[in-house]
Amino acid sequence: MTDDTLPLTRPARAGTAASAPAGDASSTAAFLRRNVRDYGMLLCLIAIMVFFQVMTDGTLMQPLNLTNLVLQNSYIVIMALGMLLVIVAGHIDLSVGSVSGFVGALAAVLMVNHDWPVLPATLACLACGGLIGAAQGWFVAYFRIPSFIVTLAGMLVFKGLALALLAGQSIGPFPDVFQRLSSGFIPDAFDVEGMRLTSLLLGLAVAAVLAGAGWRTRRRQRAHGIAGEPAGFFAAKTLVFSALLIGFAWMLASYRGLPNVLVVMALLIVLFDFVTRRTTIGRRIYALGGNEKAARLSGIDTRRLSFYAFVNMGVLAALAGLVFAARLNTATPKAGLGFELDVIAACFIGGASASGGVGKVMGAVIGAFVMGVMNNGMSIMGIGIDYQQVIKGLVLLAAVFIDVYHKNR
Amino acid sequence: MTVLLEMRNIRKTFPGVVALDRVDLRIGAGEIHALVGENGAGKSTLMKVLSGVHPHGDYDGDIVYDGQVRRFAGIHDSERAGIIIIHQELALVPMLSIAENLFLGNEIARHGVIDGIETQRRTRALLERVGLRLSPETPVGDLGVGQQQLVEIAKALSKRVRLLILDEPTASLNENDSQALLDLLIGLRAEGITCILISHKLNEIARVADAITILRDGSTVETLDCAAGPVGEDRVIRGMVGRAMAERYPPRAPVIGAVGFEVRGWSAHHPQRRDRPFLRDLDLSVRHGEVVGIAGLMGSGRTEFAMSVFGRSWGRQIRGRVLVDGREVDVGTVGRAIAHGLAYVTEDRKGAGLVLEESIRFNVSLAHLAGVARAGVIDDLRDHEVAERYRRAMRIRTPDVAQKTLHLSGGNQQKVVLGKWLFTSPKVLILDEPTRGIDVGAKYEIYALIAELAAQGRCVVVISSEMPELLGISDRIYVMNEGRFVAEMPTAQASQEKIMGAILRGHAPRPEAAATEPMA
Repeated sequence: MTDDTLPLTRPARAGTAASAPAGDASSTAAFLRRNVRDYGMLLCLIAIMVFFQVMTDGTLMQPLNLTNLVLQNSYIVIMALGMLLVIVAGHIDLSVGSVSGFVGALAAVLMVNHDWPVLPATLACLACGGLIGAAQGWFVAYFRIPSFIVTLAGMLVFKGLALALLAGQSIGPFPDVFQRLSSGFIPDAFDVEGMRLTSLLLGLAVAAVLAGAGWRTRRRQRAHGIAGEPAGFFAAKTLVFSALLIGFAWMLASYRGLPNVLVVMALLIVLFDFVTRRTTIGRRIYALGGNEKAARLSGIDTRRLSFYAFVNMGVLAALAGLVFAARLNTATPKAGLGFELDVIAACFIGGASASGGVGKVMGAVIGAFVMGVMNNGMSIMGIGIDYQQVIKGLVLLAAVFIDVYHKNR
Repeated sequence: MTVLLEMRNIRKTFPGVVALDRVDLRIGAGEIHALVGENGAGKSTLMKVLSGVHPHGDYDGDIVYDGQVRRFAGIHDSERAGIIIIHQELALVPMLSIAENLFLGNEIARHGVIDGIETQRRTRALLERVGLRLSPETPVGDLGVGQQQLVEIAKALSKRVRLLILDEPTASLNENDSQALLDLLIGLRAEGITCILISHKLNEIARVADAITILRDGSTVETLDCAAGPVGEDRVIRGMVGRAMAERYPPRAPVIGAVGFEVRGWSAHHPQRRDRPFLRDLDLSVRHGEVVGIAGLMGSGRTEFAMSVFGRSWGRQIRGRVLVDGREVDVGTVGRAIAHGLAYVTEDRKGAGLVLEESIRFNVSLAHLAGVARAGVIDDLRDHEVAERYRRAMRIRTPDVAQKTLHLSGGNQQKVVLGKWLFTSPKVLILDEPTRGIDVGAKYEIYALIAELAAQGRCVVVISSEMPELLGISDRIYVMNEGRFVAEMPTAQASQEKIMGAILRGHAPRPEAAATEPMA
């Protein structure tokens, strides 16, 4: 097929083709104003961290606490990645907390009661999550039953099944290998006093790779005359990001190094960020959520896409359940209780739209950390669980309010 | 005869468009007054002015009702004066009963508690008046369209209607229901209720109307008095279409080749009304380099036909064959239809054509992502280049393809949609109302594009409600009515009168539900 045959020798009546030079208009200030939503969230997170750093007399940013922060939030972040796709596709999944609890229980039954080896048991658990997602996705995508209802049912079903599986008891402990998923740190090849050098070097390498990739994209855009970020902004952004990343790696390295789960989480974040921004599947999900009719008339199989969004969510919920169980080193009937609320809140704080079609992976990740830092900071400050919830609720409302207000202005 | 309503020199503008100008309408008390005109002639807008949907101050001119100048601030005002509109899209709540619907927003209640017995009694009396023998408890969703229409009229009667306005009440009714409705109007006239009847069916108008007012391009053409003797259909059609036709179309020198696209024996059922086929036995062929127009009124089945062919996007129990270049092809899904070279540009640009929250770039490559991706990964630069290419070629007036399509003008949005479909390299383009809601300059550009596409040897089908447009750009015209092609003519031999005549005379009485094939 030739897509190069452009029609159009021009009709005689030409209009006034408005064509502003693309480079000039985008000063740093104008660029910031246009992208205030994206960077605003990040600034918000930093502001919240500084606030709690001051309020907790520096406890928040201590290496030990920083490590805990990562461990405590990993399962929320992992599920937020899947939830973002579900929300962008125009759905919701209320069952993720129950599903993760159920899968944790399943893992315990398989590994502890039936002595399955870790790897087959883990794979079976992930597959089980995928099947659960497929079952729910099937009803949503092919029978058009609202996802709110299907997953509300799923929430009850899997909460109940988890209870049944555990017979109301806690089961543990897990084999050592499995525990290391959550409580392990990447091994250190060097022997330096007070510093896990491998972890630090890894942090440096990641910062360098990200900066390099940014630079390369920018050069290619320039070569093709695409207006990207203003130069000053790009330089500042790269510098700040790299500094933050290296600083973060330094802190963790000065304690016990990078947690294994952080590596898993980082890989998943990069993968999902790439899928949503750069692949045809990502494009199609945004089209589906943005205008389902238009997507369908463009030849996109919208039902299959919705279905796979739920399958993916199921697998990630299962992974989160495993991480959580490994962290507690036991499966309890209460595992996963209320997780769905934190996960969904993370997506909306991160700028996803409840009506679908809008939302970014990095936004959801930042949203998850906003929730996480607040949980952690308020706990250190000794604020009771009661007022913690009140404050979290108000922050969610405020974030979405600012979003909507900004859009309607 | 006393005059009940006089609308004098009404003028109504929307941003950039004059919808009504110099409209006069005089309605005598106790008459049935028909209002006719093409789609877009201004009938609905005029009725919105009358009923206060466009309140006083939004229009120029006077409304004299019952001897007084009235300034309706909203639909409540006009209803209090006894003016009630029944829209084509019925405003009933299907889950509620007849009684609940009749008094919706107007409940018979004391201190907010509904008086069920009185409601039942009044409902029964009203149903009697419109000749419906049904229980007041029947859910409206269980009724046929004809019966729902009667419930609407009963609702109007409950509000002490003096001037009843019906917008194409028989458009979706079968012959029997239509007759019953017209008989009811005659009965209401005997009770002294005045009626404005908007309709395209001249035989019905001839049967009941006392006077006919013709609108064209937002102005009153004339009012014909039927009391003096029957008014010929030709007379009305001539008034509706006028004679003048400006040179608004680019010149073409069609080079027409072999048949490239064919649809044979195409039928389909309506997804909700499954008792009879909505599209019946349609045959259509388009040659390479040919522009084929499909004329017809709204609701005649043109869009449904195009969408059912394009990957079964509409309808059920679809039957028929599609041939591209003589070979039968499978167009069972949109993806396969695109793969076989079909493209369908929807009439509903915002609702089904664009992802409005996304950029021009996002939209242009959406139907052919493989063209900008390798192994499922989108090449951003290629994506940008493609969008840029179509921006320039189609003259989309915006500096940047990263611009959200939401903020573009109608004409530019349409160019984005067209660009999206051209990027799929289609052999067959079906354009549904391609110039609806866009300004004259952009229209010309779209026409030029259509001419160019045909000149490249592609098969082009244009669906349009604007007859001058079809006459201006197509080589051959099919006329559709009630799900069938009722006429086919080379444009050289076509005229607006002929097309209108084919539409208005061409509809055969519909077979009753029982006479057609059983439900599947």
